[in-house]
Amino acid sequence: MSLLHIQRVSKRFGGLAALTDVSYSVERGEILGLIGPNGAGKTTLFNVVNGFYPPTKGDVFFKGEKISHLQPYQICKRGVGRTFQVVRPLQRMTVLDNVIASAFLRAKDKAEAERIALDIVEFTGLYEDRSLVSKGLPLGKRKKLEIARALATQPEMLLLDESFAGLNPSEQNELIDIIRRVKTKGITIMIIEHHMKVIMSLSDRVVVLNYGEKIAEGTSQEIGNNPLVIEAYLGEAERASN
Amino acid sequence: MKKLMPLIVFLVLCFLPLIGLSSYVMHILVLVIMWSIIGMAWNLLGGYCGQVSFGHAAFFGMGAYSSGLLYHHLGISAWWGLLVSVPVLAITSLVIGFICLRLRGAYFALATLALGEVLRVTAENLVKFTQGDLGILIKQRTWVEKTWYFYVILLLAAGSFFLIKKVMKSKLGYYFVAIREDQDAANSLGINTTLYKTIALCLSGILTGIAGAFYMNYMGYIDPTTVFPLYDISIVTVMVVMVGGVATYSGPVIGALIMVFLAEVIRSMPRIGAAHQTLFGILLIFIIIFLPNGIVGDFRKITGRFKPRGALK
Repeated sequence: MSLLHIQRVSKRFGGLAALTDVSYSVERGEILGLIGPNGAGKTTLFNVVNGFYPPTKGDVFFKGEKISHLQPYQICKRGVGRTFQVVRPLQRMTVLDNVIASAFLRAKDKAEAERIALDIVEFTGLYEDRSLVSKGLPLGKRKKLEIARALATQPEMLLLDESFAGLNPSEQNELIDIIRRVKTKGITIMIIEHHMKVIMSLSDRVVVLNYGEKIAEGTSQEIGNNPLVIEAYLGEAERASN
Repeated sequence: MKKLMPLIVFLVLCFLPLIGLSSYVMHILVLVIMWSIIGMAWNLLGGYCGQVSFGHAAFFGMGAYSSGLLYHHLGISAWWGLLVSVPVLAITSLVIGFICLRLRGAYFALATLALGEVLRVTAENLVKFTQGDLGILIKQRTWVEKTWYFYVILLLAAGSFFLIKKVMKSKLGYYFVAIREDQDAANSLGINTTLYKTIALCLSGILTGIAGAFYMNYMGYIDPTTVFPLYDISIVTVMVVMVGGVATYSGPVIGALIMVFLAEVIRSMPRIGAAHQTLFGILLIFIIIFLPNGIVGDFRKITGRFKPRGALK
Protein backbone atom coordinates (compact mmCIF):
# COMPACT_ATOMS: atom_id res chain seq x y z
CA MET A 1 0.00 0.00 0.00
CA SER A 2 1.37 3.40 -0.89
CA LEU A 3 1.78 6.00 1.83
CA LEU A 4 -0.15 8.70 0.05
CA HIS A 5 -2.66 8.06 -2.64
CA ILE A 6 -4.23 10.87 -4.63
CA GLN A 7 -7.32 9.54 -6.35
CA ARG A 8 -8.85 11.42 -9.26
CA VAL A 9 -8.61 14.75 -7.48
CA SER A 10 -10.19 17.80 -9.10
CA LYS A 11 -10.28 21.26 -7.63
CA ARG A 12 -12.28 24.08 -9.15
CA PHE A 13 -12.36 27.71 -8.08
CA GLY A 14 -15.60 28.87 -9.64
CA GLY A 15 -15.07 28.42 -13.36
CA LEU A 16 -11.33 27.84 -13.08
CA ALA A 17 -10.20 24.24 -13.03
CA ALA A 18 -7.03 24.35 -10.95
CA LEU A 19 -6.73 20.56 -10.87
CA THR A 20 -8.42 18.06 -13.15
CA ASP A 21 -8.58 14.38 -12.38
CA VAL A 22 -5.11 14.05 -10.91
CA SER A 23 -4.15 10.60 -9.64
CA TYR A 24 -0.86 9.25 -8.39
CA SER A 25 0.71 7.63 -5.38
CA VAL A 26 3.70 8.35 -3.23
CA GLU A 27 5.50 5.28 -1.93
CA ARG A 28 6.93 5.04 1.55
CA GLY A 29 10.50 6.27 1.79
CA GLU A 30 10.80 7.92 -1.61
CA ILE A 31 11.31 11.51 -2.67
CA LEU A 32 8.74 12.49 -5.23
CA GLY A 33 9.29 15.65 -7.22
CA LEU A 34 6.27 17.61 -8.36
CA ILE A 35 7.04 19.93 -11.25
CA GLY A 36 5.19 22.01 -13.76
CA PRO A 37 5.07 25.52 -15.18
CA ASN A 38 3.76 28.41 -13.06
CA GLY A 39 0.04 28.05 -12.44
CA ALA A 40 0.05 24.33 -13.15
CA GLY A 41 -1.66 23.62 -9.84
CA LYS A 42 1.25 22.30 -7.78
CA THR A 43 0.63 24.42 -4.69
CA THR A 44 -3.11 23.87 -5.05
CA LEU A 45 -2.44 20.14 -4.95
CA PHE A 46 -0.39 20.63 -1.77
CA ASN A 47 -3.21 22.64 -0.28
CA VAL A 48 -5.63 19.83 -1.06
CA VAL A 49 -3.35 17.16 0.43
CA ASN A 50 -2.64 19.34 3.45
CA GLY A 51 -6.32 20.08 4.01
CA PHE A 52 -6.51 23.80 3.29
CA TYR A 53 -8.90 23.09 0.42
CA PRO A 54 -11.29 20.21 0.22
CA PRO A 55 -11.11 18.66 -3.26
CA THR A 56 -14.08 19.39 -5.50
CA LYS A 57 -13.97 15.78 -6.64
CA GLY A 58 -11.86 12.79 -5.74
CA ASP A 59 -10.14 11.78 -2.53
CA VAL A 60 -6.78 11.75 -0.83
CA PHE A 61 -5.72 8.72 1.20
CA PHE A 62 -2.89 8.66 3.71
CA LYS A 63 -1.88 5.22 4.96
CA GLY A 64 -5.09 3.90 3.45
CA GLU A 65 -7.21 6.32 5.42
CA LYS A 66 -9.22 9.02 3.69
CA ILE A 67 -7.89 12.43 4.70
CA SER A 68 -9.63 14.72 2.23
CA HIS A 69 -12.17 16.91 4.06
CA LEU A 70 -10.14 16.80 7.26
CA GLN A 71 -8.73 20.04 8.69
CA PRO A 72 -5.02 20.83 8.24
CA TYR A 73 -4.25 20.29 11.93
CA GLN A 74 -5.89 16.86 11.82
CA ILE A 75 -3.90 15.91 8.75
CA CYS A 76 -0.74 17.12 10.45
CA LYS A 77 -1.58 14.95 13.45
CA ARG A 78 -1.88 11.94 11.18
CA GLY A 79 1.68 12.54 10.03
CA VAL A 80 1.82 14.99 7.13
CA GLY A 81 4.01 18.05 7.65
CA ARG A 82 4.35 20.88 5.18
CA THR A 83 6.32 24.01 4.43
CA PHE A 84 5.08 27.08 2.61
CA GLN A 85 6.32 28.58 -0.62
CA VAL A 86 6.27 32.02 0.97
CA VAL A 87 8.06 31.35 4.24
CA ARG A 88 5.86 31.91 7.23
CA PRO A 89 7.90 31.76 10.42
CA LEU A 90 6.20 32.85 13.61
CA GLN A 91 7.95 36.17 13.34
CA ARG A 92 8.10 37.47 16.86
CA MET A 93 9.26 34.16 18.30
CA THR A 94 12.82 32.94 18.47
CA VAL A 95 13.97 30.18 16.18
CA LEU A 96 13.91 27.65 18.99
CA ASP A 97 10.47 28.73 20.21
CA ASN A 98 9.16 28.34 16.68
CA VAL A 99 10.31 24.76 16.66
CA ILE A 100 9.14 24.11 20.23
CA ALA A 101 5.65 25.29 19.30
CA SER A 102 5.52 22.61 16.61
CA ALA A 103 7.13 19.96 18.78
CA PHE A 104 4.29 20.23 21.29
CA LEU A 105 2.13 18.28 18.85
CA ARG A 106 3.74 15.02 19.98
CA ALA A 107 5.54 16.02 23.15
CA LYS A 108 3.99 15.25 26.52
CA ASP A 109 5.48 18.24 28.29
CA LYS A 110 7.65 21.25 27.73
CA ALA A 111 10.89 19.49 28.60
CA GLU A 112 10.25 16.90 25.92
CA ALA A 113 9.20 19.54 23.39
CA GLU A 114 12.40 21.40 24.06
CA ARG A 115 14.46 18.26 23.65
CA ILE A 116 12.83 17.44 20.32
CA ALA A 117 13.23 21.03 19.17
CA LEU A 118 16.91 21.21 20.09
CA ASP A 119 17.58 17.98 18.20
CA ILE A 120 15.89 19.32 15.11
CA VAL A 121 17.48 22.73 15.31
CA GLU A 122 20.82 20.96 15.40
CA PHE A 123 19.80 18.66 12.56
CA THR A 124 18.86 21.54 10.28
CA GLY A 125 21.97 23.56 11.09
CA LEU A 126 20.16 26.32 12.98
CA TYR A 127 21.73 25.66 16.36
CA GLU A 128 23.83 28.81 16.33
CA ASP A 129 20.78 30.93 15.51
CA ARG A 130 18.39 29.27 17.96
CA SER A 131 17.86 32.31 20.18
CA LEU A 132 17.45 34.84 17.36
CA VAL A 133 14.03 36.30 16.70
CA SER A 134 12.98 34.72 13.43
CA LYS A 135 11.85 38.01 11.91
CA GLY A 136 15.41 39.09 11.18
CA LEU A 137 16.59 35.79 9.76
CA PRO A 138 17.96 35.76 6.20
CA LEU A 139 15.92 33.86 3.64
CA GLY A 140 18.14 30.80 3.57
CA LYS A 141 17.74 30.27 7.28
CA ARG A 142 14.05 31.01 7.22
CA LYS A 143 13.64 28.26 4.64
CA LYS A 144 15.54 25.91 6.93
CA LEU A 145 13.36 27.02 9.81
CA GLU A 146 10.28 26.12 7.79
CA ILE A 147 11.63 22.63 7.36
CA ALA A 148 12.67 22.45 11.01
CA ARG A 149 9.18 23.40 12.12
CA ALA A 150 7.57 20.82 9.89
CA LEU A 151 10.03 18.17 11.12
CA ALA A 152 9.25 19.01 14.74
CA THR A 153 5.73 17.66 14.24
CA GLN A 154 7.50 14.34 13.58
CA PRO A 155 5.81 13.63 10.28
CA GLU A 156 5.91 10.45 8.24
CA MET A 157 5.57 12.55 5.14
CA LEU A 158 6.90 15.99 4.41
CA LEU A 159 5.52 18.34 1.76
CA LEU A 160 8.14 20.88 0.67
CA ASP A 161 6.87 23.79 -1.38
CA GLU A 162 9.72 25.45 -3.27
CA SER A 163 12.17 25.31 -0.45
CA PHE A 164 14.99 26.24 -2.81
CA ALA A 165 13.55 29.36 -4.41
CA GLY A 166 15.78 32.37 -3.85
CA LEU A 167 18.68 30.46 -2.33
CA ASN A 168 22.27 30.86 -3.45
CA PRO A 169 24.17 27.76 -4.64
CA SER A 170 25.86 27.06 -1.32
CA GLU A 171 22.59 27.36 0.56
CA GLN A 172 21.04 25.07 -2.03
CA ASN A 173 23.68 22.45 -1.42
CA GLU A 174 23.18 22.65 2.33
CA LEU A 175 19.46 22.18 1.86
CA ILE A 176 19.92 19.25 -0.52
CA ASP A 177 22.05 17.66 2.17
CA ILE A 178 19.39 18.27 4.82
CA ILE A 179 16.69 16.77 2.63
CA ARG A 180 18.82 13.68 1.91
CA ARG A 181 19.33 13.25 5.66
CA VAL A 182 15.59 13.66 6.24
CA LYS A 183 15.06 10.84 3.78
CA THR A 184 17.46 8.55 5.62
CA LYS A 185 15.33 9.09 8.72
CA GLY A 186 12.63 7.23 6.82
CA ILE A 187 10.49 10.29 6.10
CA THR A 188 8.75 10.30 2.75
CA ILE A 189 9.04 13.57 0.85
CA MET A 190 6.98 15.24 -1.83
CA ILE A 191 8.72 18.32 -3.15
CA ILE A 192 7.66 21.12 -5.48
CA GLU A 193 10.65 22.65 -7.16
CA HIS A 194 11.61 24.76 -10.14
CA HIS A 195 15.34 24.15 -10.00
CA MET A 196 15.74 21.25 -12.40
CA LYS A 197 19.12 20.34 -11.01
CA VAL A 198 17.70 19.99 -7.53
CA ILE A 199 14.71 17.97 -8.68
CA MET A 200 16.75 15.69 -10.89
CA SER A 201 19.35 15.00 -8.23
CA LEU A 202 16.95 14.52 -5.33
CA SER A 203 13.84 12.83 -6.67
CA ASP A 204 13.34 9.13 -7.04
CA ARG A 205 10.33 9.80 -9.20
CA VAL A 206 8.79 12.90 -10.74
CA VAL A 207 5.19 13.86 -11.48
CA VAL A 208 4.56 16.64 -13.98
CA LEU A 209 1.49 18.85 -13.90
CA ASN A 210 0.41 21.20 -16.65
CA TYR A 211 -2.80 23.24 -16.60
CA GLY A 212 -3.98 21.20 -13.63
CA GLU A 213 -3.55 17.84 -15.32
CA LYS A 214 -0.95 15.19 -14.78
CA ILE A 215 0.94 14.88 -18.06
CA ALA A 216 3.72 12.56 -17.01
CA GLU A 217 5.06 10.42 -14.21
CA GLY A 218 8.30 8.49 -13.99
CA THR A 219 11.93 8.51 -12.98
CA SER A 220 13.81 11.74 -13.55
CA GLN A 221 15.50 10.08 -16.52
CA GLU A 222 12.18 9.21 -18.14
CA ILE A 223 10.78 12.67 -17.44
CA GLY A 224 13.81 14.36 -18.96
CA ASN A 225 13.20 12.48 -22.18
CA ASN A 226 9.42 12.71 -22.34
CA PRO A 227 8.49 14.91 -25.34
CA LEU A 228 5.26 16.11 -23.71
CA VAL A 229 7.15 17.35 -20.68
CA ILE A 230 9.82 18.99 -22.77
CA GLU A 231 7.23 20.83 -24.75
CA ALA A 232 5.25 21.96 -21.72
CA TYR A 233 8.00 22.79 -19.38
CA LEU A 234 11.63 22.09 -19.93
CA GLY A 235 12.02 23.50 -23.42
CA GLU A 236 14.48 22.28 -26.02
CA ALA A 237 17.37 24.34 -24.76
CA GLU A 238 17.08 23.05 -21.21
CA ARG A 239 17.13 19.50 -22.48
CA ALA A 240 20.20 20.17 -24.57
CA SER A 241 22.04 21.49 -21.57
CA ASN A 242 21.30 18.34 -19.58
CA MET B 1 15.70 41.38 40.33
CA LYS B 2 13.40 41.47 37.37
CA LYS B 3 12.05 38.07 38.35
CA LEU B 4 11.28 39.25 41.87
CA MET B 5 9.62 42.47 40.77
CA PRO B 6 6.02 41.14 40.78
CA LEU B 7 6.57 39.69 44.26
CA ILE B 8 7.98 42.98 45.55
CA VAL B 9 5.09 44.94 44.10
CA PHE B 10 2.68 42.46 45.63
CA LEU B 11 4.27 42.73 49.09
CA VAL B 12 4.40 46.52 48.96
CA LEU B 13 0.73 46.57 48.03
CA CYS B 14 -0.04 44.18 50.88
CA PHE B 15 1.36 46.64 53.40
CA LEU B 16 0.01 49.75 51.75
CA PRO B 17 -3.35 49.89 53.56
CA LEU B 18 -1.54 49.73 56.93
CA ILE B 19 -0.15 53.24 56.52
CA GLY B 20 -3.64 54.67 56.70
CA LEU B 21 -4.43 56.00 53.26
CA SER B 22 -7.55 58.05 52.72
CA SER B 23 -10.67 56.34 51.49
CA TYR B 24 -10.34 58.12 48.15
CA VAL B 25 -6.80 56.89 47.54
CA MET B 26 -7.86 53.38 48.48
CA HIS B 27 -10.72 53.63 46.00
CA ILE B 28 -8.32 54.61 43.24
CA LEU B 29 -6.00 51.73 44.15
CA VAL B 30 -8.87 49.25 44.05
CA LEU B 31 -9.84 50.53 40.61
CA VAL B 32 -6.25 50.31 39.37
CA ILE B 33 -5.97 46.70 40.51
CA MET B 34 -9.36 45.81 39.06
CA TRP B 35 -8.38 47.31 35.73
CA SER B 36 -5.11 45.41 35.86
CA ILE B 37 -7.08 42.18 35.96
CA ILE B 38 -9.27 43.22 33.05
CA GLY B 39 -6.17 44.34 31.14
CA MET B 40 -4.36 41.08 31.85
CA ALA B 41 -7.40 39.15 30.70
CA TRP B 42 -7.67 41.15 27.49
CA ASN B 43 -3.94 40.82 26.94
CA LEU B 44 -4.16 37.04 27.05
CA LEU B 45 -6.64 37.02 24.19
CA GLY B 46 -5.64 40.16 22.29
CA GLY B 47 -1.95 40.45 23.07
CA TYR B 48 -0.78 36.86 23.14
CA CYS B 49 -3.35 35.07 21.02
CA GLY B 50 -3.80 38.01 18.63
CA GLN B 51 -7.61 38.09 18.77
CA VAL B 52 -8.37 41.75 19.38
CA SER B 53 -11.67 42.20 21.15
CA PHE B 54 -13.64 45.42 21.33
CA GLY B 55 -16.33 43.82 23.44
CA HIS B 56 -14.82 42.98 26.78
CA ALA B 57 -17.64 44.91 28.43
CA ALA B 58 -19.73 41.87 27.54
CA PHE B 59 -17.67 39.70 29.90
CA PHE B 60 -17.37 42.37 32.56
CA GLY B 61 -21.11 43.00 32.51
CA MET B 62 -21.97 39.30 32.53
CA GLY B 63 -19.77 38.85 35.60
CA ALA B 64 -21.31 41.82 37.35
CA TYR B 65 -24.84 40.72 36.52
CA SER B 66 -24.31 37.08 37.48
CA SER B 67 -23.24 38.36 40.87
CA GLY B 68 -26.00 40.95 41.14
CA LEU B 69 -28.77 38.63 39.96
CA LEU B 70 -27.79 35.96 42.48
CA TYR B 71 -28.28 38.51 45.20
CA HIS B 72 -31.40 39.97 43.69
CA HIS B 73 -33.28 36.77 42.86
CA LEU B 74 -31.94 34.25 45.36
CA GLY B 75 -31.11 36.62 48.16
CA ILE B 76 -27.66 35.12 48.72
CA SER B 77 -24.48 37.09 49.13
CA ALA B 78 -23.26 38.69 45.95
CA TRP B 79 -19.79 37.36 46.78
CA TRP B 80 -20.96 33.99 45.45
CA GLY B 81 -20.85 35.78 42.14
CA LEU B 82 -17.07 35.44 42.13
CA LEU B 83 -17.52 31.67 41.93
CA VAL B 84 -20.69 31.56 39.87
CA SER B 85 -19.30 33.93 37.28
CA VAL B 86 -16.72 31.27 36.33
CA PRO B 87 -19.17 28.78 34.76
CA VAL B 88 -21.43 31.60 33.53
CA LEU B 89 -18.54 33.28 31.75
CA ALA B 90 -17.21 29.99 30.44
CA ILE B 91 -20.56 29.37 28.76
CA THR B 92 -20.85 32.97 27.56
CA SER B 93 -17.35 32.76 26.10
CA LEU B 94 -18.16 29.51 24.33
CA VAL B 95 -21.23 31.08 22.75
CA ILE B 96 -19.40 34.27 21.81
CA GLY B 97 -16.48 32.21 20.54
CA PHE B 98 -18.74 30.03 18.46
CA ILE B 99 -20.14 33.12 16.77
CA CYS B 100 -17.06 35.36 16.57
CA LEU B 101 -14.00 33.15 16.40
CA ARG B 102 -14.75 31.97 12.90
CA LEU B 103 -13.99 35.56 11.91
CA ARG B 104 -10.49 36.94 11.66
CA GLY B 105 -8.79 40.23 12.39
CA ALA B 106 -10.95 43.30 12.08
CA TYR B 107 -14.08 41.21 11.55
CA PHE B 108 -13.57 39.47 14.87
CA ALA B 109 -13.08 42.86 16.56
CA LEU B 110 -16.28 44.20 15.01
CA ALA B 111 -18.28 41.13 15.95
CA THR B 112 -17.19 41.37 19.59
CA LEU B 113 -18.00 45.06 19.58
CA ALA B 114 -21.49 44.27 18.35
CA LEU B 115 -21.98 41.51 20.90
CA GLY B 116 -21.03 43.81 23.76
CA GLU B 117 -23.70 46.23 22.61
CA VAL B 118 -26.22 43.44 22.13
CA LEU B 119 -25.74 42.38 25.74
CA ARG B 120 -26.16 45.96 26.97
CA VAL B 121 -29.42 46.38 25.10
CA THR B 122 -30.56 42.97 26.31
CA ALA B 123 -29.83 43.87 29.93
CA GLU B 124 -31.74 47.12 29.45
CA ASN B 125 -34.80 45.39 28.06
CA LEU B 126 -35.10 42.20 30.07
CA VAL B 127 -36.70 44.35 32.73
CA LYS B 128 -38.31 41.48 34.66
CA PHE B 129 -35.03 39.64 35.00
CA THR B 130 -32.45 42.41 35.26
CA GLN B 131 -34.57 45.35 36.42
CA GLY B 132 -33.52 47.14 33.23
CA ASP B 133 -32.28 50.67 33.66
CA LEU B 134 -33.26 50.64 37.32
CA GLY B 135 -30.20 48.52 37.91
CA ILE B 136 -29.41 46.29 40.83
CA LEU B 137 -28.64 47.65 44.24
CA ILE B 138 -27.07 45.75 47.08
CA LYS B 139 -28.85 47.18 50.09
CA GLN B 140 -26.07 46.57 52.50
CA ARG B 141 -22.48 46.36 51.38
CA THR B 142 -20.25 43.89 53.16
CA TRP B 143 -17.71 46.39 54.44
CA VAL B 144 -17.79 50.11 54.85
CA GLU B 145 -14.02 50.34 54.84
CA LYS B 146 -12.17 49.84 51.56
CA THR B 147 -9.37 47.80 53.10
CA TRP B 148 -10.92 44.36 52.70
CA TYR B 149 -12.10 45.08 49.17
CA PHE B 150 -8.53 46.06 48.47
CA TYR B 151 -7.20 42.74 49.73
CA VAL B 152 -9.81 40.73 47.83
CA ILE B 153 -9.03 42.38 44.52
CA LEU B 154 -5.30 42.24 45.22
CA LEU B 155 -5.49 38.48 45.72
CA LEU B 156 -7.56 38.09 42.58
CA ALA B 157 -5.03 40.14 40.62
CA ALA B 158 -2.08 38.18 41.98
CA GLY B 159 -3.89 34.97 41.08
CA SER B 160 -4.57 36.20 37.54
CA PHE B 161 -0.98 37.34 37.09
CA PHE B 162 0.34 33.98 38.25
CA LEU B 163 -2.15 32.03 36.14
CA ILE B 164 -1.35 33.95 32.97
CA LYS B 165 2.37 33.53 33.52
CA LYS B 166 1.87 29.81 34.02
CA VAL B 167 -0.30 29.52 30.92
CA MET B 168 2.14 31.45 28.75
CA LYS B 169 5.03 29.20 29.74
CA SER B 170 3.08 26.08 28.83
CA LYS B 171 2.00 24.49 25.57
CA LEU B 172 -1.06 26.75 25.59
CA GLY B 173 1.13 29.85 25.55
CA TYR B 174 3.20 28.63 22.62
CA TYR B 175 0.04 27.77 20.74
CA PHE B 176 -1.54 31.17 21.45
CA VAL B 177 1.48 33.03 20.11
CA ALA B 178 1.72 30.69 17.12
CA ILE B 179 -1.90 31.50 16.29
CA ARG B 180 -1.23 35.23 16.66
CA GLU B 181 1.75 35.10 14.34
CA ASP B 182 0.18 33.05 11.57
CA GLN B 183 -3.06 31.17 11.83
CA ASP B 184 -2.67 29.15 8.65
CA ALA B 185 0.86 28.11 9.47
CA ALA B 186 -0.24 27.18 12.99
CA ASN B 187 -3.06 25.13 11.55
CA SER B 188 -0.76 23.18 9.28
CA LEU B 189 1.62 22.56 12.19
CA GLY B 190 -1.09 20.56 13.88
CA ILE B 191 -2.62 23.27 16.04
CA ASN B 192 -6.40 23.19 16.25
CA THR B 193 -6.70 26.96 15.95
CA THR B 194 -10.42 27.13 16.68
CA LEU B 195 -10.02 25.10 19.87
CA TYR B 196 -7.09 27.11 21.20
CA LYS B 197 -8.64 30.45 20.32
CA THR B 198 -11.72 29.33 22.21
CA ILE B 199 -9.60 28.41 25.22
CA ALA B 200 -7.94 31.84 25.15
CA LEU B 201 -11.34 33.50 24.90
CA CYS B 202 -12.72 31.45 27.80
CA LEU B 203 -9.78 32.25 30.07
CA SER B 204 -9.96 35.90 29.14
CA GLY B 205 -13.73 36.01 29.58
CA ILE B 206 -13.64 34.29 32.96
CA LEU B 207 -10.99 36.63 34.39
CA THR B 208 -12.86 39.67 33.12
CA GLY B 209 -16.10 38.29 34.53
CA ILE B 210 -14.55 37.80 37.95
CA ALA B 211 -13.47 41.43 37.88
CA GLY B 212 -17.08 42.29 37.00
CA ALA B 213 -18.44 40.23 39.88
CA PHE B 214 -16.05 42.03 42.21
CA TYR B 215 -17.22 45.36 40.84
CA MET B 216 -20.82 44.51 41.76
CA ASN B 217 -19.79 43.75 45.33
CA TYR B 218 -17.52 46.74 45.56
CA MET B 219 -19.76 49.42 44.11
CA GLY B 220 -22.98 47.96 45.40
CA TYR B 221 -24.90 49.19 42.40
CA ILE B 222 -24.87 48.33 38.71
CA ASP B 223 -27.00 49.14 35.71
CA PRO B 224 -26.54 48.28 32.04
CA THR B 225 -24.83 51.55 31.15
CA THR B 226 -22.21 51.23 33.88
CA VAL B 227 -21.16 47.63 33.26
CA PHE B 228 -21.82 47.11 29.54
CA PRO B 229 -20.67 50.41 28.01
CA LEU B 230 -18.61 50.45 24.85
CA TYR B 231 -16.41 53.44 25.76
CA ASP B 232 -15.96 53.19 29.47
CA ILE B 233 -15.23 49.47 29.56
CA SER B 234 -14.51 47.92 26.16
CA ILE B 235 -12.39 50.72 24.74
CA VAL B 236 -10.69 51.56 28.03
CA THR B 237 -9.73 47.88 28.33
CA VAL B 238 -7.99 48.04 24.97
CA MET B 239 -6.31 51.30 26.00
CA VAL B 240 -5.05 49.93 29.30
CA VAL B 241 -3.17 47.24 27.41
CA MET B 242 -2.06 49.46 24.53
CA VAL B 243 -0.69 52.12 26.87
CA GLY B 244 0.99 49.62 29.16
CA GLY B 245 2.35 47.25 26.58
CA VAL B 246 0.71 44.59 24.46
CA ALA B 247 1.88 41.02 25.10
CA THR B 248 3.91 41.88 28.19
CA TYR B 249 3.25 40.59 31.69
CA SER B 250 3.43 43.91 33.51
CA GLY B 251 2.02 46.07 30.70
CA PRO B 252 -1.62 45.83 31.79
CA VAL B 253 -0.69 46.78 35.37
CA ILE B 254 1.25 49.86 34.28
CA GLY B 255 -1.49 50.70 31.79
CA ALA B 256 -4.20 50.41 34.45
CA LEU B 257 -2.24 52.66 36.77
CA ILE B 258 -1.85 55.35 34.12
CA MET B 259 -5.37 55.14 32.74
CA VAL B 260 -7.14 55.24 36.11
CA PHE B 261 -5.04 58.15 37.34
CA LEU B 262 -5.44 59.97 34.06
CA ALA B 263 -9.19 59.46 34.12
CA GLU B 264 -9.36 60.82 37.65
CA VAL B 265 -7.17 63.82 36.87
CA ILE B 266 -9.00 64.73 33.69
CA ARG B 267 -12.43 64.26 35.22
CA SER B 268 -11.61 66.58 38.09
CA MET B 269 -10.43 69.35 35.77
CA PRO B 270 -13.02 72.09 35.29
CA ARG B 271 -14.56 72.24 31.81
CA ILE B 272 -12.15 69.73 30.23
CA GLY B 273 -13.51 66.99 32.48
CA ALA B 274 -16.47 66.23 30.27
CA ALA B 275 -14.17 65.65 27.32
CA HIS B 276 -12.17 62.82 28.90
CA GLN B 277 -13.09 60.44 26.10
CA THR B 278 -11.77 62.91 23.55
CA LEU B 279 -8.51 63.22 25.44
CA PHE B 280 -8.25 59.43 25.73
CA GLY B 281 -8.70 59.21 21.98
CA ILE B 282 -5.89 61.67 21.37
CA LEU B 283 -3.68 59.82 23.83
CA LEU B 284 -4.37 56.56 22.02
CA ILE B 285 -3.32 58.07 18.70
CA PHE B 286 -0.07 59.31 20.24
CA ILE B 287 0.64 55.94 21.81
CA ILE B 288 0.04 54.09 18.55
CA ILE B 289 2.35 56.43 16.65
CA PHE B 290 5.19 56.86 19.12
CA LEU B 291 5.03 53.85 21.43
CA PRO B 292 3.36 51.11 19.41
CA ASN B 293 4.55 48.51 21.93
CA GLY B 294 3.31 50.47 24.93
CA ILE B 295 5.28 51.83 27.85
CA VAL B 296 6.67 48.48 28.94
CA GLY B 297 7.31 47.24 25.40
CA ASP B 298 9.07 50.44 24.34
CA PHE B 299 10.74 51.14 27.68
CA ARG B 300 14.19 51.23 26.10
CA LYS B 301 12.99 53.77 23.59
CA ILE B 302 11.71 56.05 26.35
CA THR B 303 14.81 55.84 28.53
CA GLY B 304 17.00 56.23 25.43
CA ARG B 305 15.36 59.57 24.78
CA PHE B 306 16.67 61.02 27.99
CA LYS B 307 20.22 59.81 27.65
CA PRO B 308 22.67 62.32 26.24
CA ARG B 309 23.47 61.51 22.66
CA GLY B 310 26.77 59.77 21.99
CA ALA B 311 27.51 59.31 25.66
CA LEU B 312 29.30 56.15 26.61
CA LYS B 313 26.95 54.37 28.94
